[in-house]
Amino acid sequence: MSFVSVGFRTLFYKEMLRFWKVATQTIAAPILTAMLYLLIFGHVLEGRVEVYPGVSYTAFLVPGLVMMSVLQNAFANSSSSLIQSKITGNLVFILLPPLSHWEILLAYVSASVVRGLVVGAGVFAITAWFAHLSFAAPLWIIVFAVLGAAILGTLGVIAGIWADKFDQLAAFQNFLIMPATFLAGVFYSIHSLPGFWQAVSHFNPFFYMIDGFRHGFFGTSDISPWTSLAIVSVFFAVLAAIAINLLQRGYKLRH
Amino acid sequence: MTAIQINSVEKSYKGFKALKGVSLNIEQGEFFGLLGPNGAGKTTLISTIAGLIRPDVGSVKIHGHDVVTDFRNARKNLGVVPQELVFDPFFTVRETLRLQSGYFGIKNNDAWIDEVMHNLDLTNKADVNMRALSGGMKRRVLVAQALVHKPPVIVLDEPTAGVDVELRQTLWKFISRLNREGHTVVLTTHYLEEAEAMCQRVAMLKLGEVVALDSMQGLLRRVSGSQLIVHLKEGTLPEGLRPLVSHDENENGKGNRYSLRINAPGEVEAILARLRESGAVVDEMQLQQADLEDIFLQIMGDAKAGKGAL
Repeated sequence: MSFVSVGFRTLFYKEMLRFWKVATQTIAAPILTAMLYLLIFGHVLEGRVEVYPGVSYTAFLVPGLVMMSVLQNAFANSSSSLIQSKITGNLVFILLPPLSHWEILLAYVSASVVRGLVVGAGVFAITAWFAHLSFAAPLWIIVFAVLGAAILGTLGVIAGIWADKFDQLAAFQNFLIMPATFLAGVFYSIHSLPGFWQAVSHFNPFFYMIDGFRHGFFGTSDISPWTSLAIVSVFFAVLAAIAINLLQRGYKLRH
Repeated sequence: MTAIQINSVEKSYKGFKALKGVSLNIEQGEFFGLLGPNGAGKTTLISTIAGLIRPDVGSVKIHGHDVVTDFRNARKNLGVVPQELVFDPFFTVRETLRLQSGYFGIKNNDAWIDEVMHNLDLTNKADVNMRALSGGMKRRVLVAQALVHKPPVIVLDEPTAGVDVELRQTLWKFISRLNREGHTVVLTTHYLEEAEAMCQRVAMLKLGEVVALDSMQGLLRRVSGSQLIVHLKEGTLPEGLRPLVSHDENENGKGNRYSLRINAPGEVEAILARLRESGAVVDEMQLQQADLEDIFLQIMGDAKAGKGAL
């Protein structure tokens, strides 16, 4: 089996085309949202909070917002595409052809990664004007952005397969993805939290994605980027295994 | 070579047995009809063939490839027109067909896509978004999607449900051509006259079981004779002719009108003589050959009465 088969490429292209055709909703809107976060939180907290020595709060916030946008949009892409296709019934166009489970998963996840990175790049391009940013270790920025988007894209596939209606998907997004992202240190360093919540944060895989990503900018982070990479990679492997298993079994797809 | 091999397929949903050990072989190049009332299991069987439903017991092979264990090769050989009118609202007709080609591993397929669109009268809709199409046009696109990879086996699940005469004619012309060129066609339809006109062989399903499997000629031979429909202007039907009545149309409020079962055309004169003797005057008369609908009703009736599979 080839991962660059025509079938995979076509499904990947279709997923890209799908979000590109509604770019106002899928790209422009999340960039605007992130900009509003920066303007409001940055304005209120600038000068009052210094998370890392010598790093302004706005500068600290930018990578967090970029990564939050990457993660949320990667999740939204695969999950919304799958649930829409399931509910409207056009998922049959994917289920009838000879596409393998791997091709389906990789196509959905790759398109999610692209959308996440496009939105992330857009958020960065806008918000970077408001802060002086450094790029201490750019490779970590790329590694965590891609890996984080892939994880959320995979989680989106799982949620899209599991959910039977939009309501269930919204619950997944609002009660799991959103809290996990917000509580992962987008707006703060976990060192500013009480001991108990610091400990709890270490069980949140999103924390490692954002912390590792931020390390790429400032060269400093709450924990070592290598530790974050190891944890995030294991998390990705587990989610990918679950997603493949669901696709292979045809869970809620093939009855 | 056997195009579709269905071996003892069983499928249950929460205790309800939708398929009860269905076995069928459909040969390459056949135009095969799968008939039955609603809930007979036709769509479940087609979904099993398409790999959308996994059987609890039994197996299905397309050109020798198992639809579960060798799904890639099985699906390459199969094109399915689903019963539901589904579409992807993000794309135009051409984009939809190009994407579907790609899913089957075919790129640069525009020549065939153009031909399919031409044959289904879709050419002037090629760049129209799917949302803007009428129901009939969407149905044509579904047919085109099933054909983009030139599958040797084509399955059409009620392709003409709720569509106009023009599409039916266009569709059957194109499907007949593909069948003549060697494609195997499996059709489910509620329009029995379509099945009678198109299919060489028919399986009838009832409550998840095959209750009849025969060639169209074989099935038509099963109901011997024809119907003589008489409308009497005066008098009533003599008692001696009462046993021949198959439909007492007076029950439907159609007046003095009767359908009489006859076994040979020569019996018409004898019936008319009996009517004259009784003083009845025939106002209108019609001789009707038995058709698939009669057979369908008879077989479904027999199955309901527990007379067993044919």
